Amino acid sequence: MIFLDFFFAFLIGGIICVIGQLLMDVGKFTPGHTLSILVVSGSIISGLGWYQPLIDLAGAGATIPITSFGNALTQGAIAEAEKHGWVGVLTGMFEVTSSGISAAIVFGFLAALIFKPKGKAN
Amino acid sequence: MDQQQYQQIEDQITPPTPYVKNVLKAFLIGGLVCTIGHAFTYFYIIFFNFTETTVGNPTAATMVFIAALLTGLGIYRKIAQVAGAGTAVPVTGFSNAVVSAAIEGKTEGFVLGVGSNMFKMAGSVILFGVASAFFVALIKLILVTMGVVEW
Repeated sequence: MIFLDFFFAFLIGGIICVIGQLLMDVGKFTPGHTLSILVVSGSIISGLGWYQPLIDLAGAGATIPITSFGNALTQGAIAEAEKHGWVGVLTGMFEVTSSGISAAIVFGFLAALIFKPKGKAN
Repeated sequence: MDQQQYQQIEDQITPPTPYVKNVLKAFLIGGLVCTIGHAFTYFYIIFFNFTETTVGNPTAATMVFIAALLTGLGIYRKIAQVAGAGTAVPVTGFSNAVVSAAIEGKTEGFVLGVGSNMFKMAGSVILFGVASAFFVALIKLILVTMGVVEW
């Protein structure tokens, strides 16, 4: 049972990365465009209510790919919109998703304090 | 040389994209990154009382931390060269974009360099994530108000 759980995390996570790779190789999109497309896809799938079943199935396989960023933003906005109407669309946006961004800012700042730039992209 | 000739020569010189190999690498490495993340979800559920619905946040933060460390040590770039989308699509790629821009910005100082460069690459993900979430939630709100769907 626990093996199946990890298997689905691997499978779904891998498939989402393959979609990204195909967008880059076949669609000739830059990585920036690819990630933007994936985030927007995550939002739309979330709005249709199909992202949560994916998380239930795959766990981190669905929460680690960047598509989950779009899902978390959308779910936050929808949850607040349900309570407070259209004002909630703005106020709820970052309610669910704060950790990825705040962690990236904090660790980015700490890394800038600790590590020396090497002259080319790390 | 006109543009058509240039295009022909460019096509001849550019090595063909190894589609199958790239897809396999993205699948295996991307799947592995998510599997590692999944192990952390168990860790946080068992030891820190997170539930299956809330565990996504600490898991993402942990993966962001690991990617930040590997980026600072210069290891992430080497993995990313092999993995392609396998390391770009998971949240680790977002972390790598932020952290590497922050470190590079250091030469221009902490305010003008680190602060203003940090989201140079990751900014588009945040912009389109927030903008799309806004419109999706707004559409849902309108549809619910019209009685087409329910929350």
